[in-house]
Amino acid sequence: MAPHTIDVCQVLRSTVNQNYGNLLTRDTGMAVRHQIERELASNREGGITSLDFSSIGMMDYSCADEVVAKLLVLLQNDDLTRGGYVVFRGIGEEHLELVESVLKHHGLALVCLCEDGIARLIGRVTEAERRAWDMVRVRGQAVPAELADEFGFGEEIVARVLDDLSRRRLVRRLDRGFMALDASLMVQ
Amino acid sequence: MNVINVPSSLDDQTFEQVLDQLAPLPADERVLIDARNTTWASPFGLTALLTLAQTRQEKPQFFPPEKDDTASYWSRARFFEYADDLFDIKGRVPSPRTERESGTLLELTPVSRSDDVHTVVERIKDKAAAIITQNLHLESRAVMGFAMTLSEACQNIVEHAGRGGWVAVQNYNYRKRMGRHVVQIAVCDAGVGIRQSLESGNRRPLTERWDDGVALEAAVIQATSRFPEHGRGQGFKGIRGYLNKWQGKLVVRSGTSRVAIVPAWDDDVARRDKISPMPGTQLLIMIPEKVDR
Repeated sequence: MAPHTIDVCQVLRSTVNQNYGNLLTRDTGMAVRHQIERELASNREGGITSLDFSSIGMMDYSCADEVVAKLLVLLQNDDLTRGGYVVFRGIGEEHLELVESVLKHHGLALVCLCEDGIARLIGRVTEAERRAWDMVRVRGQAVPAELADEFGFGEEIVARVLDDLSRRRLVRRLDRGFMALDASLMVQ
Repeated sequence: MNVINVPSSLDDQTFEQVLDQLAPLPADERVLIDARNTTWASPFGLTALLTLAQTRQEKPQFFPPEKDDTASYWSRARFFEYADDLFDIKGRVPSPRTERESGTLLELTPVSRSDDVHTVVERIKDKAAAIITQNLHLESRAVMGFAMTLSEACQNIVEHAGRGGWVAVQNYNYRKRMGRHVVQIAVCDAGVGIRQSLESGNRRPLTERWDDGVALEAAVIQATSRFPEHGRGQGFKGIRGYLNKWQGKLVVRSGTSRVAIVPAWDDDVARRDKISPMPGTQLLIMIPEKVDR
């Protein structure tokens, strides 16, 4: 089954009825987010959606706040996808600073597939969260017991950190253990 | 008839002289704005003049600059196109020619809706990229921040002013202060102003003192918005961050106060209160050429 992908530029063009590929203004961001929410809601329960920004040109703070931050807040609250996950892709170097600033303001983080194909964690995370996330990413999937030694704080602490990451939709919870979102995307 | 003399060089600083002359006059008093001796105007000067006309209940009379190349420049900047509706223009003005001023990134352009912001950024982006990298010698990543800055500045009108305003962007050699190229963005409106905007959202901070200066600091420095949502009000923060990185300058004037983020190359004051009143919000952004030391 092919992963569900939403081309943000296409959504922008169809929703706002304009030819530009620029994510600008709060009104535009709101309209684009509402359409993405509709598409995410129609995705199957617990699925992973790839949100593709690669054709986006200019971006401003207000629009990024609507499209990225508010969407993540809704995802974390389980409002839209009944447990779904989103991987961002195509956020170029030129957008990164702005997106990070928006995320940090809200205390949010996201998983982004960068141009080199490697998944990165962007936004506000603790050092422990970043380490645990990276360990899962390298392995593809893992149970807390496997990570405890390398993590250095025991299985219970690792499990708690991974729980937090999964609540923040940054790793995927499995029946047993946790899976990196980029690995999940490939499986899907 | 009350004659208001426009200074020979019209920028954000000398525009205060225009407002000082207007301050004692009620809004319904007929005035004549005399720009015959004006030989130079910055984008801020031109956008602020248009905005000023909106604040008068009686259409002001207007004498355009006498100097041909000045009048011609104002015409190419599309000043007279909009001034025609706002002023009773006395005398002939040059017809706009099709060619653009070489340093003009964006002629005077009205902004009232979200779509206008898209149009402004789209019109400017290719030329802005060239000027930022070639004239200002900034890294190419500065282009994205420039678009963000311009967009957020214009959105201030769309979101808060309650009426349309104008934007203009120009690249020129700023001999007066530094002898370097600068890009200036001017965004002016005669809308409700920052204090009233914050009051309308019940977002007045809990302070004893409440005036235009406190409201300006709340909006520009503390990123307070009239909207209670968490991500609101960050536009100014984004602009400040961008200007801080590239040693740019920001001036925001609203009502009877003015705040400025002043870079090392400038000697402006950070805040002025009790200046002559002007409805709405007027915003000036300057990004200087990078010089290797």
